[in-house]
Amino acid sequence: MSTKDYVKELSKHIQEFKRDSILTPIMMVLEVIADTLLPFFMAGIVDEGVNKGDMRAIMYYGGLMLLCAIFGLFTGFGGGYFGARASTGFARNLRRDMFANIQRFSFAEIDKYSTSGLVTRLTTDVTNIQNAFQMLLRMCVRAPLSMIMAMFMAFLISPRIASIYLAAVVFLGIVMVLVMGKATRYFKEVFKKYDSLNESVEENLAAIRLVKAYNREEHENNRFVAAVTNLYKLFVQAENNIVMVMPVMTGTVYVVILFISWIGAHLIVQHTLTTGELMSLLTYCSNILMSLMFLAMIFVMMTMSVASANRIGEVLLEGTSVEQPENPVMEMKDGSIDFEDVDFSYVKGARQSVVKDVNLHINSGEFIGVIGGTGSAKSSLVNLICRLYDVTQGSVKVGGVDVSEYDLKTLRDNVAVVLQKNTLFSGTILDNLRWGNPDATEEECIEACKIACADDFISKFPEGYNTQIEQGGTNVSGGQRQRLCIARALLKKPKILILDDSTSAVDTATERRIREGMQSYLPGTTKIVITQRIAAVQGADRVIVLDEGRVNGFDTPEHLLETNAIYREVSETQMSGTGDFDEKGDD
Amino acid sequence: MASETKEVKMGRGRMPRGVKPKIENPGKIMARLMKYVFRYYSIHMIVVMLCILGNVFASVQGTLFLRTLIDDYITPLMGQATPDYGPLLMAILRVAGYYAIGVICAFTQSKVMIYVGQGTLLRIRKELFEKMESLPIRYFDSHTRGDIMSVYTNDVDTLRQMVSQSLPQLLSSALTIVSIAISMISLSIPLTGLTFIMVIVMMIVSAKIAGASGTNFIRQQKSLGQVNGFIEEMMSGQKVVKVFTHEEANVNDFNKLNDELFEAANKATAFVNIMMPINAQLGHLSFMICAAAGGALALLGNGQGIFALTVGGLASFLTFNKNFNMPINQVTQQMNAIVMSLAGADRVFKLMDEEAEVDDGYVTLVRVKKDGDKFEESEVRTGHWAWKHQHQATGEVEYVEMKGNIVMDGVDFGYRDDKMVLHDISLYAHPGQKIAFVGSTGAGKTTIMNLITRFYDIQDGKIRYDGININKIRKSDLRRSLGMVLQDTNLFTGTVRDNIRFGKLDATDEEIVAAAKLANADGFITRLPDGYDTMLTGGGENLSQGQRQLLAIARAAVANPPVLILDEATSSIDSRTERIVQDGMDKLMKGRTTFVIAHRLSTIKNSDCIMVMENGRIIERGTHDDLLEEKGKYYELYTGKAVAT
Repeated sequence: MSTKDYVKELSKHIQEFKRDSILTPIMMVLEVIADTLLPFFMAGIVDEGVNKGDMRAIMYYGGLMLLCAIFGLFTGFGGGYFGARASTGFARNLRRDMFANIQRFSFAEIDKYSTSGLVTRLTTDVTNIQNAFQMLLRMCVRAPLSMIMAMFMAFLISPRIASIYLAAVVFLGIVMVLVMGKATRYFKEVFKKYDSLNESVEENLAAIRLVKAYNREEHENNRFVAAVTNLYKLFVQAENNIVMVMPVMTGTVYVVILFISWIGAHLIVQHTLTTGELMSLLTYCSNILMSLMFLAMIFVMMTMSVASANRIGEVLLEGTSVEQPENPVMEMKDGSIDFEDVDFSYVKGARQSVVKDVNLHINSGEFIGVIGGTGSAKSSLVNLICRLYDVTQGSVKVGGVDVSEYDLKTLRDNVAVVLQKNTLFSGTILDNLRWGNPDATEEECIEACKIACADDFISKFPEGYNTQIEQGGTNVSGGQRQRLCIARALLKKPKILILDDSTSAVDTATERRIREGMQSYLPGTTKIVITQRIAAVQGADRVIVLDEGRVNGFDTPEHLLETNAIYREVSETQMSGTGDFDEKGDD
Repeated sequence: MASETKEVKMGRGRMPRGVKPKIENPGKIMARLMKYVFRYYSIHMIVVMLCILGNVFASVQGTLFLRTLIDDYITPLMGQATPDYGPLLMAILRVAGYYAIGVICAFTQSKVMIYVGQGTLLRIRKELFEKMESLPIRYFDSHTRGDIMSVYTNDVDTLRQMVSQSLPQLLSSALTIVSIAISMISLSIPLTGLTFIMVIVMMIVSAKIAGASGTNFIRQQKSLGQVNGFIEEMMSGQKVVKVFTHEEANVNDFNKLNDELFEAANKATAFVNIMMPINAQLGHLSFMICAAAGGALALLGNGQGIFALTVGGLASFLTFNKNFNMPINQVTQQMNAIVMSLAGADRVFKLMDEEAEVDDGYVTLVRVKKDGDKFEESEVRTGHWAWKHQHQATGEVEYVEMKGNIVMDGVDFGYRDDKMVLHDISLYAHPGQKIAFVGSTGAGKTTIMNLITRFYDIQDGKIRYDGININKIRKSDLRRSLGMVLQDTNLFTGTVRDNIRFGKLDATDEEIVAAAKLANADGFITRLPDGYDTMLTGGGENLSQGQRQLLAIARAAVANPPVLILDEATSSIDSRTERIVQDGMDKLMKGRTTFVIAHRLSTIKNSDCIMVMENGRIIERGTHDDLLEEKGKYYELYTGKAVAT
C-alpha cells in the first residue's frame, strides 16, 4: 500500500461534506480576487483622486473599495464556515468509520495495532488530518493563488518591477527548500533524542524508590546532566541551521523595496508609472512574500500529516481475519468441545506453530483444568474455542459444529471467557455487570456476585452496587477486579465458561469458594480453568497439561500425579501449601 | 424522572487544552522568570533589546522613506528637464544602510536568543531534575507520574517558547506600535485619530468574537475530552468488548459522542476562521476611511495647522495605517501565549520550590580495621564497617560495628497525621535472621519497609539499627547498608552490566559476574546476544519477568549489604523459573538480616519469624510450625481452610 492508496481511501470518507469541501476553495478564490483588487483601487484613489484633485474619483474608488471589502468579508465568512464544516465533518467521519471498523477487528488485528496505536490513530492522527485538510482547502488555495494574482497584477502595472519580484521569489524559494530540507532532517534527529531524554526521566521516576534506596541520586543526576547537555548542543546546532532564514527573508524584501524605489522613481519621472501604482506595487510585494512564507509552512505541515494519513488509511483498509459465516448456525446444542488436529500460530506462515497437533474431546458440563509453564500456549488454546483467533489447521467444534459456522454473536454469547488481562469500564458496578446480560435484574446481579465472592466487598462500599468504577477499574483492587469480571461472565449463563488465570490475585480460600459456587450455579456448563495453582485443578474432572504447545497429558488429577512428570513436578513444588497469601495490589 | 444524567468521566487530570488556566499571581511569576533569565543572561538580554530597537528603527525608517521618496525626490525630479538622480541615489543608499542595520540586528537577535532560550531550558531542566532527585518519597507517592512528567515535557517547553519567542516578539510589537503611532501623529493628527477609532472598533469586535469562540472552544475541548476518554477506555478494553459481543452498543455510544464533538468543533473552528477576514476587512475599512478623509485634506491643499497634509504624507500615512494592524494582532496573540506559559512556569517553579528531603543524621558509616574490640577508620576496603557516632553532648566519638541488628519498638505511623496505618509495631531482628511479613493488601507490610529505609519518618516509638536510633543515622549511610529487591524490577536503559553495577558503582567486572552467578542470572545473561553488554530498553521488555527479577537480585548482590529488604514478585512466573529465582534469593539472603514481604509459601517456611499483619497490627508471630499449631489466621491462609470458631 502506498501513500496514494491511503489518501484515496481517506478521501472516500468525506461523503456528505463534499459540497463544503468544494465550496471552501471557491470562496477562497473569490476572497483572493477581492484582496488582490483592493490595492488596485487604492492606487486609483491616489492617482485619479488625490493627484488630479478629483474628490469624486476618490469617492468612486473608495466606493469600489468598500464593495470589494464587503465582498471579501462575505467570501471570507463563507470560506471560514464551509472550511470548518468540511474539516470537522471529515474528522468525524474518519473517527466514526475507523471506530466501526475496529469493532470488526478480531484479536489478531487488535494485537497487530496495539491499544496505544489505535488510540493515537483515533485521536492525534485524526486531529492532524483535520487540520491538514482545512489547510489544504483554505490556505493551499489561498497562498499560491494570492501569489500568482499579485504577481499578475504587478506584471500588469510594470513588467520591469514585477520581474524583480519573480527573481526574489525564486531566490527565496531555493533558500527555503535548501534550509528546510536540512533543518527537518536535523530536527527529526533532535526530537528523537528529546523523546529518549523524556523516557529516561520517566524511567527514573518509576524507579525513584530504588534510586533512593541505593543512594544513586547523584549518579542519576550526572547521567541526566550529560544527556541534557548533549541535547542542548544538538538543539543549538539545529537552530543555528535555520537562524538565517528570517534575516535573509527580510533582507531580500528590503533589497526589493530599494530596487523598486530606484527604478520606480525613474519610471515615474519618465511618466510611465504613477505614485499610486508604486504604492500598489509595494503592497503586492508584501502579499507575495507573505504567501511564500505561508507556502513554506503548509509544506511542513503537509509532510507531517502524511504519516497520519498513512496510519489512518491502514486501519480503514484493514479487514478482519475472523469473519461471520454466510449461513450462520444460530443455535448451540451443548457445551461439548472437540479439537481435531489443531495447529495454530499468530503469524501466518510462521515456521513454529504455537499450538501443535492438538486433539481433545471435552464433554458437555465437564470441569477441565489447564496447567503448563509460561509459553505453553494455555491461553492460545482456549482462545480458539470462541474464535478470538482462527485455527491455522484442523478444526475446533463446539456442540458438534465447527466454530467457524456459528453466528459470531451466538458463539460468544454461549462461550464466556474471563480474560487474563481484564478490564472494567467506567460506570456503576451494575452497569459493568450488565455487560454480561443487559436484561439482568439487580437480584440476578447480586446472585452472580455472591457466587463470585464479590458481594462481600461490594456491599461494604457506601453506594453498594451503584458505586462508580473509574476508567480501567483503578479504584478497586486487583482481586476485587477479578471477582467482578467473573461475576460479569457468570451473568451470561453460558454453555462454556473459560477462566484464564482469573483468580491469580484472589486468596486460595476465596478461590475455592468461587469454584464450588460455580459448580452449583452453572451445573451444566462446561468449565475450563487455566491456572498456575495446582490446588485450583485438584477438584477438576480432568486436567490438560500443556508443554510448548502440545498436550502432554489429559486425564484426571489422580492419574496425572502418577503418570505425568510435569504435573508431578508442579504439584511437588506447591505441595506443601496452597500458594499465595494475599491479594495483589493494583497492577 | 429520578434518574440523573451521568457525567462521562474524563481521564484523570485531563485538562482541556487551550482553556485559559487560572494563575494565582502572574506578575510575580513573570518577575521571577525574568530574574531567572537576566541573572545568567543579562548581557545577552541587553544585546537582544538593542537589536529589537535597531530592527524596529530600521523598519520604521523604511516606511517613512516612502514619503521622502515621493515628496522630496520624485515630485521635484518630475519638474526638472534633466533630472539629477544623484541625491536620490544617496537617499536610497542611506536607507540601505538602515536596512542593513535592521538585518544585522534581526540576525544577531535570533542567534543570541538560541543560546538564551536553549540555555535557560538546559538550566531549568538541570535544576528540576536535581530538585526532583532530592525530594522525599512522600512527594512521589502523592503526585502521579504523569503530572510530574508533564512538567518536563509540556511546561518547560512552553517556557522556552515564551522566553525565546513570545517575549521578544511582544517587545518588538509594542515598540513598533509606539513608533508607528508617533510617526502617524507626526504626519497627521486627525487621521491618526480616525485610525485609533478603527483600532478600538476592531478590538471590540475581536473581543466579542473571541468571547463567543471561547465558549464554543470550551465546549469543543470538553467534548474532545469525552471522546478521547471513551476511545482510550474502549481501545484498552477492546478484547473484552469482543468477548461480550458489545460491538454494536459500542458503536452507537461512540457515534453519539462523536456527533456531539462534531457540532462543537464545527462551531469553534468556524468562529476562529471568520476572525481573520473580519479583522482584515475592518483594516481595509480603516484604510478607506483614512484615504477618503486624507484625500479630502490633501485635495484642499491649503489645509492649515493640524489639518495640513501632502500627497506623499498621505501615501506614507496609508502605509502606516496598513502596518498598524499587524503588530496589534500580534500583541493579542502573544498575550494569550504568555498567559499559557505562565501557567507552565508556575508548575515548574512549584516543583523547584518543593522542600527537599531533610537529612540531619550525623551518625555515618565508615570502613574500619578491626583490632580486637577496637576499631580504626580505614581508607581501603577491609570488609568491615562501623557506625561512627559522635555524641552530641560530649563530642566523644564512638565506633559501633555494623552487624544488621534491627529493633522496632512501639512504632506508630500514618501517612497523614490523622490516619494511623501502623499501630504499636515491635519486632527484633538479629543479625542474619530472616523476618517475613504476611497479610492482605493494606495490612501495612510495605509501610514497615518504608520506615526502615526512612522513606517516611515514624510518629511514635523507636527504630534502632545496631542499637542506634535510625533518626540519628545519615540517610545515605543508612540506605547504603540496606539492599532492596522490589516487586517492580525497574531496570534502566543501558547494558545488563550497567544495570547490575547500579548496586555498586565501582564494582569490577569480576564482581559483577560473581553477583550474577550468585543470583542465578549468569546463565541466561551469557546466552543473551551480547552477553553482559546486551542493551536493555523500556525497563527490560526484551527479558522475561523471571529474568528481570534475577537481574534485580544480582543488583542487590553486588551491593553486598548486611540488611536486605525483599518484596517478592507474585506475577505469574511459572514454577520452574520461580524455583530458579527462589534459589537466587535464598543464596542472596544467606548471612544477611532479611525482611521479606512474602507472597509465596516457599520463601516463608524457613523464616526465623513470621509476622502476620492485619489492619496495621501484628496479630500473630512465630515460626512456621508455631503458627500452624496456633491454628489462627496464618493457618487459615496457609491451608485455605477456615478455622472453626
